[in-house]
Amino acid sequence: MHRYVLRRVVMMIPVLLGVSLVIFTMMYFTPGDPARLILGDTASEAEVEALREEMGLNDTFIVQYSRYLKKAIAHGDLGTSYVTGRPVITEIVARFPTTMLLAMLSVIVSVLIGIPTGIISATKQYSIFDNMAMIFALLGVSMPNFWQGLILIIVFSLHLGWLPASGFYGPSYWILPALTIGTGTAATITRMTRSSMLEVIRQDYIRTARAKGQSEIVVILKHALKNALIPIITVIGLQFGRGLGGAILTESIFSIPGLGKLMVDSIKARNYPVVQGGVLFIAVMFSFINLLVDILYAYADPRIKSQYRRRS
Amino acid sequence: MNELRAHEALPESDRMVRRKKSQLRETWRRMLKNKASLVGLTIIVLFAFMAIFADHIAPYHYDEQKLEDAFLKPSRDHWLGTDNFGRDILSRIIYGARISLQIGLISVGIGVAVGGSLGAFAAYYGGYTDNAIMRFIDVLLAIPNIVLAISISAALGPGLVNAMIAVGIGTVPIYARVVRASVMTVKEQEFVEAARCIGAKTPRILLRHILPNAMAPIIVQATLGVATAILAAAGLSFIGLGIQPPTPEWGAMLSAGRQYIRDHWHIVTFPGLAIMLTIFALNLLGDGLRDALDPRLKR
Amino acid sequence: MNNATPLLHVKNLHVRYTTDEGTVHAVNGVDLVMKKGETLGLVGETGAGKTTTALSILRLIPDPPGEITSGEILFDGHDLVPYSAMKMRKVRGNHISMIFQDPMTALNPVLTIGDQISEVIRLHDRLSRSEAYGKATRMLELVGIPADRMGEYPHQFSGGMKQRVVIAIALVCNPLLLIADEPTTALDVTIQAQVLELMQNLRTELGTSMMLITHDLGVVAKICDTVAIMYAGEIVEYGTLQEVYNNTRHPYTKGLFGSIPKIDVRERRLKPIPGLMPDPTHLPQGCSFHPRCPFCTDQCRHKKPENVLLYGDHFAKCYYAEDGLQ
Repeated sequence: MHRYVLRRVVMMIPVLLGVSLVIFTMMYFTPGDPARLILGDTASEAEVEALREEMGLNDTFIVQYSRYLKKAIAHGDLGTSYVTGRPVITEIVARFPTTMLLAMLSVIVSVLIGIPTGIISATKQYSIFDNMAMIFALLGVSMPNFWQGLILIIVFSLHLGWLPASGFYGPSYWILPALTIGTGTAATITRMTRSSMLEVIRQDYIRTARAKGQSEIVVILKHALKNALIPIITVIGLQFGRGLGGAILTESIFSIPGLGKLMVDSIKARNYPVVQGGVLFIAVMFSFINLLVDILYAYADPRIKSQYRRRS
Repeated sequence: MNELRAHEALPESDRMVRRKKSQLRETWRRMLKNKASLVGLTIIVLFAFMAIFADHIAPYHYDEQKLEDAFLKPSRDHWLGTDNFGRDILSRIIYGARISLQIGLISVGIGVAVGGSLGAFAAYYGGYTDNAIMRFIDVLLAIPNIVLAISISAALGPGLVNAMIAVGIGTVPIYARVVRASVMTVKEQEFVEAARCIGAKTPRILLRHILPNAMAPIIVQATLGVATAILAAAGLSFIGLGIQPPTPEWGAMLSAGRQYIRDHWHIVTFPGLAIMLTIFALNLLGDGLRDALDPRLKR
Repeated sequence: MNNATPLLHVKNLHVRYTTDEGTVHAVNGVDLVMKKGETLGLVGETGAGKTTTALSILRLIPDPPGEITSGEILFDGHDLVPYSAMKMRKVRGNHISMIFQDPMTALNPVLTIGDQISEVIRLHDRLSRSEAYGKATRMLELVGIPADRMGEYPHQFSGGMKQRVVIAIALVCNPLLLIADEPTTALDVTIQAQVLELMQNLRTELGTSMMLITHDLGVVAKICDTVAIMYAGEIVEYGTLQEVYNNTRHPYTKGLFGSIPKIDVRERRLKPIPGLMPDPTHLPQGCSFHPRCPFCTDQCRHKKPENVLLYGDHFAKCYYAEDGLQ
């Protein structure tokens, strides 16, 4: 098992190098001169040229990329923000915990809603509960979460005055943003849980469990759910990634000082080192979460677990 | 008792042949039986109709400003009210259908074309080609979808076409995987072997023999993909990338109306509802299509 | 227990499934009697309703779409049909057990086999966790699997071994009746004999009655006392092994025997029964076998034949049963 984890970590390296190359290339070909951007319109052509030389912008693509990579790997240096002049990594690390908290809250909300709803829907297939749950789930999947955020603000902050509309200072501030991101994810998890449970419920071993005289609740919660959870774990992992992405839009709606808002602000200000670093950072986090999910997956499914045991 | 099975086997294969022949009609029949997907189809046809005949249906032009009529609540003259420039929101939503459906279809087209050919080549050639392509797909998959679309969009700059490209490229990994998986299964079947034996060339085999047989999952994914693409594009416009005002794109309308939500809820409510209804309908249709094309998955 | 009451008496059982495509009449008036200690062979083609009959006895018909519409299932004199879910749970795995067709899918892939055997013990015996585990271990050894494999998962076992585990689960609580639904069809031919022998030995040792569902007439001849032939949801012929094999009265049973290759007579062609089993959503009028029957007459086409009682318990559902066929 340890070797499996190690091998997966090693396999992440080329993927992340690829991500850095893709993002660097995209930003490299972005129209607009960073030196001009920093100095503003009033600077002379000579000043701009001097800064270009200083920043190494006149070097070839390969030279620039390998310099970026070398700094990133050796010192965790992802460049300097054009706007604040601070290291990009510092800005990201300062903002990330907020985003992580938001993503985690929304995943927790969606698991708490999604799994029980999915189980009940599956066991009472085609019942009124099931039909309602499926309609709501489909609506949840279909709702743009930035719009949902606005509607939640209109209803709960502006009209009812129950919850704050912006900021991120404590639990009461967390509710609306977590709901905004969590609804879509809850809907996806509900749908996945339902279909996974339906698939499992008609398996022969469920009949075996019933033939033993086991009660329906234990059949569902022990025999069925344990098997159904395996694909659900993957979906939860993917939803975590979606949560990170969803945070970008949601944070700017609720003025939450997280990584997402930093990125949106940086895109607007054409602050490319921050955008580049932010995407790279999100990709790293996303890859780690996927790794974690795969390990959990291996623990949940003895078939996979023993496969690795045999191999290592 | 093998004999019992043997005489059952013959009519079974007979049935298979009949099933193949009328697969299209059968799919259509199952679609019609599924009320949910019919509802979805109807809503989409309605939106498409709105998009095509916007000039005739919309009560006002999407850019007709009347500053004295700004922020009107929904009324008989303006069913969904007016925005900060006094533009009729209903008309802008009707014209917006044009933009959104266009974005949805074209970016899925880009995604299917690029991702599909990558996936098909990877699966067909296998080995080194497969490895190289799939590692590249892994790289794209390491970036969450919306983040990928945002960064491409940030790099390309704003605009309708750039938004389509950004959203389209964002979906490439999905189609590459779906197509690769289905080509892999079809590729091993005998009729492909047969085509190769009579000397058919690779592109011909791929296009004429393999792709049509791998179509079902691609169609389903593409239908659901249009929904995701519309959402992603609206998201891009919402944070100021993608489509720019005054183009009546739904996401852009939300973005522009955002600052007025304190007093004028209707400006953001209706464009969002339009997005939701479209996505909802596409999802219903996609689910229905999946059930109809592959009844084994139906539950 | 009173020896005069049969262990199992199924009376006029009807089961139907309601689907989008129509109503499937899976079981149409099945009558069956099993005495204590007896082995009954339930024989028929795929789709004849054998498994549905077996599942109804355990009340495990998936509902919806399935439903017992009428009939009685007297187990040791008590009708199981009106039993509450809770009461029925005490019967399952305890008094009546079932072995399913495919051992590859019958065991839960994420639980150890030790857990899966102990589970049924814990449900029906008042034993502590460790006592149950001990009993499970002994049962595992009884079916020929070493005790140190208790902690392993199903995927670590071969098909034959899995079926042994399934047998252990079915027999560990000493049931009165064991229903074995084609227990060997999914296994290699070489394993089949071993598993059958194991079942037969354990069964005699424990004094368990067995209903063996199969379409292998050879197996029936080897281990069954009585035989019931099922066609389109009905028992068309029933009797002792001797009677049914040597004094066959129903044309369908005749057909079944005719389609087995005989080792001593080299025939140029096998004689399959012509035609197909009727579509259970549209059963033919009259005798459901009439479209395939070589002896069919006008009467057969219009009116369903009743059971014709022959020698002893032997009966056949055919107008011409008494005349013998030929």
